[in-house]
Amino acid sequence: MARLAPIASRPKAREATLRAGPVSLRLNLRSVLIICVLSLAAFAGLVANVGYGEYPVSPVEVVRTLVGLGDDGGHAFVVNSLRLPRALVAVAVGAALGVSGVILQGLTRNDLAAPDIVGINAGASLAAVSLIVVAPAASIVYLQPAALAGAFLAAGLLYLLAWRRKGSPLRLVLVGIGLSAVAGAGATLLIAVGEIEQASVALVWLAGSVYGRGWDDFYSFTPWLLVFFPLALLLSRHLAAMNLGDNVARALGLPVEKVRGLLLLTSVGLAGTAVATAGTIGFVALMAPHIARHLVGPAYGGLIPAAAATGATIVVGADFVGRALFAPVELPAGIVTAVLGAPFFLYLLYRNRNG
Amino acid sequence: MLRSRSTLLFGLLVCAVFLAAGLVVSVNFGVAGIGVTDVVRAFGDYDGSRDDLIIRTIRVPRALAAALVGACLAVAGAIMQGITRNPLADPGILGINAGAAFAVVTTVFVFGGTASSTFAPFAFVGAAIAATVVYGIGSMGRGRMRPMRLAIGGAAVAALLSSFTTATLVLSEQTMDTIRFWLAGSVLGRDLELLQQISPYVLVGFALALALSRQVTALMLGEEVASGLGQKTGLTKSLAVLSVVLLAGSAVAVAGPVGFIGLVVPHAVRFFVGVDYRWILPYSAIIGGIVLLGADIISRVVLPVHEIPVGVTTAVVGAPFFIYLARNKVSQ
Repeated sequence: MARLAPIASRPKAREATLRAGPVSLRLNLRSVLIICVLSLAAFAGLVANVGYGEYPVSPVEVVRTLVGLGDDGGHAFVVNSLRLPRALVAVAVGAALGVSGVILQGLTRNDLAAPDIVGINAGASLAAVSLIVVAPAASIVYLQPAALAGAFLAAGLLYLLAWRRKGSPLRLVLVGIGLSAVAGAGATLLIAVGEIEQASVALVWLAGSVYGRGWDDFYSFTPWLLVFFPLALLLSRHLAAMNLGDNVARALGLPVEKVRGLLLLTSVGLAGTAVATAGTIGFVALMAPHIARHLVGPAYGGLIPAAAATGATIVVGADFVGRALFAPVELPAGIVTAVLGAPFFLYLLYRNRNG
Repeated sequence: MLRSRSTLLFGLLVCAVFLAAGLVVSVNFGVAGIGVTDVVRAFGDYDGSRDDLIIRTIRVPRALAAALVGACLAVAGAIMQGITRNPLADPGILGINAGAAFAVVTTVFVFGGTASSTFAPFAFVGAAIAATVVYGIGSMGRGRMRPMRLAIGGAAVAALLSSFTTATLVLSEQTMDTIRFWLAGSVLGRDLELLQQISPYVLVGFALALALSRQVTALMLGEEVASGLGQKTGLTKSLAVLSVVLLAGSAVAVAGPVGFIGLVVPHAVRFFVGVDYRWILPYSAIIGGIVLLGADIISRVVLPVHEIPVGVTTAVVGAPFFIYLARNKVSQ
């Protein structure tokens, strides 16, 4: 059972209300502040990433170039064409994974759930690798829908096998481990069978890295984000109600099945397209929600943006560490997040040891 | 179920015949047509012909490696399922294979281009460390070991270790070159010398497992029952873990991490043989050998041009079985 502290038990927060005609928005000032700080951290990571490399650019210069204020040293090409898209992809992927994880944890009421742990990312990977190996001529544009289809297939299987019967949280994780193993074996098989060129493309991509991502990748990813992020924010209120259990949610007048479907669509959609863009960057969707919940509390209105900012910071930071730690050799960001995330997962298991 | 002693013995003999047949088929199968008589001649009357070379350096080592690795993993899995009383226990799932693999990769990374014959001791160290950590995770919390927690903790440790392995491979191209063939979980291209070096460890592991079979059977009934019968359960478990480490470590040193054999085979064996580990263990050994030989042959038949690592075939078959067990056979 998830450790989602009941909202009422927390000290009353300072709030402000924004009104614009018929629409009003209640803001928790502390959450807003924390989300701003987290976003700044993600931005700092982005600047560090853009500035770091064989051709170093100082942070001040990076910011100046980014906002278009003069171009003293002729950094514009390096910054805008080579490094910025990669860093932006890292930020976007991290944000998508963070939100996906928050929704999935809330929806399953399971502390240990995350799209990569329950096998959704593996399904997306398998579909994307199939596309790369079987139809190498296909445009990169098709990678997103293919990965999305794989993610939904995996989610459907998971639902049938582990979730529908209201199994325990651990059972969901176990079935996810099994699904990941099947999909992983399938991907390895395809790579063994495929032509060497496609196989090596698929391998690089599978490792979970933002290496070599350009504007193409960023632009094919953003439309999905623009659909799913607002959807997540819109649904955040319902997520809180769903968290109290199906019966309470129904009593509150919520069309439970419809809302659940939409939430699942959002979570799986974000995870699937993130995988299509950067491969499997593991454990981000597990860590970001926990860190965000620790910082801003369990109310989903603040939790979703906070998890997005946390996820973005993690991935952009992991990419920086991967590049800087053993330079000139680059570690894929997915390795760095796994080295951080697996012990975190074990810590969660330990924390729930008597649960 | 086969319960009477003579039926069980007869069944074991039949299985052994099947294993022998599997070895023959594995040696015969391939692009170069080779018969049984050719095999006998290659060892009895070696004349350096092409067929003799193929037999001695490729076909026979491959078949023996598959049988040996399958037997080791199946027995290791059976013992682990017994002492943890966990139907999901398997050296792959509980991270022991990943520990051995990481230790081997680190060795190659630190000492440079090491021959595969020196992998074994390091594989044992890695397997032992991973086993200790995962066992600790499984036993934390109040009360007895919790099956699901053990399995999930093992999977997390495996994920951590394999990301370390990947990091090492990314950092050192030389390591990658030396080890790539090995890491995929494959029995292709092993030489007889390696098998000879491994065999003493394997024998000790098997002997230890068989010697403990009575105690493990009692442990399956519960820790209290076993100690009530006068057993030193701590000692039994430690020795059993030692044999698991020897067997799984040897298997990994030969073939890299091959998953799910240790999970599936003992369950199948238990279905026919019952709960007595004195029978489960020898059956597991022989059937494990047959299964991995079969998986290796299938890998070669289905896609003859490409070499599919046998670990892929075992995962495709074994992982759905794992899901089945996780859904239906595991209590919280």
